[in-house]
Amino acid sequence: MAKLKPPVNGEDHIEGSFQAPVIFVEYGDFQCPYCGAAYPVIKQIQKKFKDQLGFVFRHFPLAESHPYAQIAAVASEAAALQGKFWPMHDLIYENQSRLSPKTLLTMAESLKLDLKKFQKDIQDASLIEKVETSFESGIDSGVNGTPSFYINGVKYEGSYDLPSLSHAIEKAIAGHKEISH
Amino acid sequence: MLGINITAPDFELHATPDQKFSLSELRGKNVIIAFYPADWSPVCGDQMSLYNEMHHYFSKYNAELLGISVDGKWCHSAFREARKLHFTLLADFEPKGAVAKKYGVYNEKEGRSERALFVLDDEGTIRWSYLSPVGINPGADGILDALKMITQKDNHGKVKTPG
Repeated sequence: MAKLKPPVNGEDHIEGSFQAPVIFVEYGDFQCPYCGAAYPVIKQIQKKFKDQLGFVFRHFPLAESHPYAQIAAVASEAAALQGKFWPMHDLIYENQSRLSPKTLLTMAESLKLDLKKFQKDIQDASLIEKVETSFESGIDSGVNGTPSFYINGVKYEGSYDLPSLSHAIEKAIAGHKEISH
Repeated sequence: MLGINITAPDFELHATPDQKFSLSELRGKNVIIAFYPADWSPVCGDQMSLYNEMHHYFSKYNAELLGISVDGKWCHSAFREARKLHFTLLADFEPKGAVAKKYGVYNEKEGRSERALFVLDDEGTIRWSYLSPVGINPGADGILDALKMITQKDNHGKVKTPG
């Protein structure tokens, strides 16, 4: 079974706590329609499991299929430099059908980012490299398409509707309790 | 399915409607051969799209990717164009599945090849192979691990193939 490599660490963006009993990782592409479809489901999952769940997003832009996936990933990292990774992540998925370099800028504006800095940062080689490193870790982890999910480090092969995901996460929480008792 | 540490059988297939391509042309390069069931079917599409993203990584390991299915050369050229694929697709079309049969990955009942991966070193020796369940996209981690293994051994100057 494919395992997450490297494990979740300080380089990752997380919503929730690194100490949560379940760490749920997505390798996603901002322009991928399947990731777009998974986005509201993950929101529901987060609402349901609250502090039992830490959600990590890693970039896996399929740049050949999706011309704006790479720039969107870099834009989210540029937003992260101003403490706004998750608001940017959410805005992009909520406006996925209109995604373009121009709308990314509008999004940055609506998040009240320092636009000068943002525009400079999206050209920054180190941010581009960060996205590439994430992509490579996805390959090493056995990502075979987007979205790919990992529950506590193990690749989740089921479908990503609410009942299936909830069930898998409940199982992981139960497993975690058994170990810690 | 052919095992490892043997020389991969050579073949010559259509790469484009007017061009043939043989495996031996790639001697001196590591080669990834991806047999897949068919153009256009959704899982295959994902697998080939994924590999398409990996150009950069494969070339880092001096590796060339070949995709092979029983689809005809015109079908392949339409598929390549639609998916903007950068690598070679070979038509194992006539006699149907002959190369897949040589590699032991032909499914007689379905009339198509299995979903199978072979990684060859620069001397044409099979160094890794993998048969994937047909509905499952095998990803690329196994391929990269194999390429890493090959290039590491090369760098250390060890004997590459026993016998």
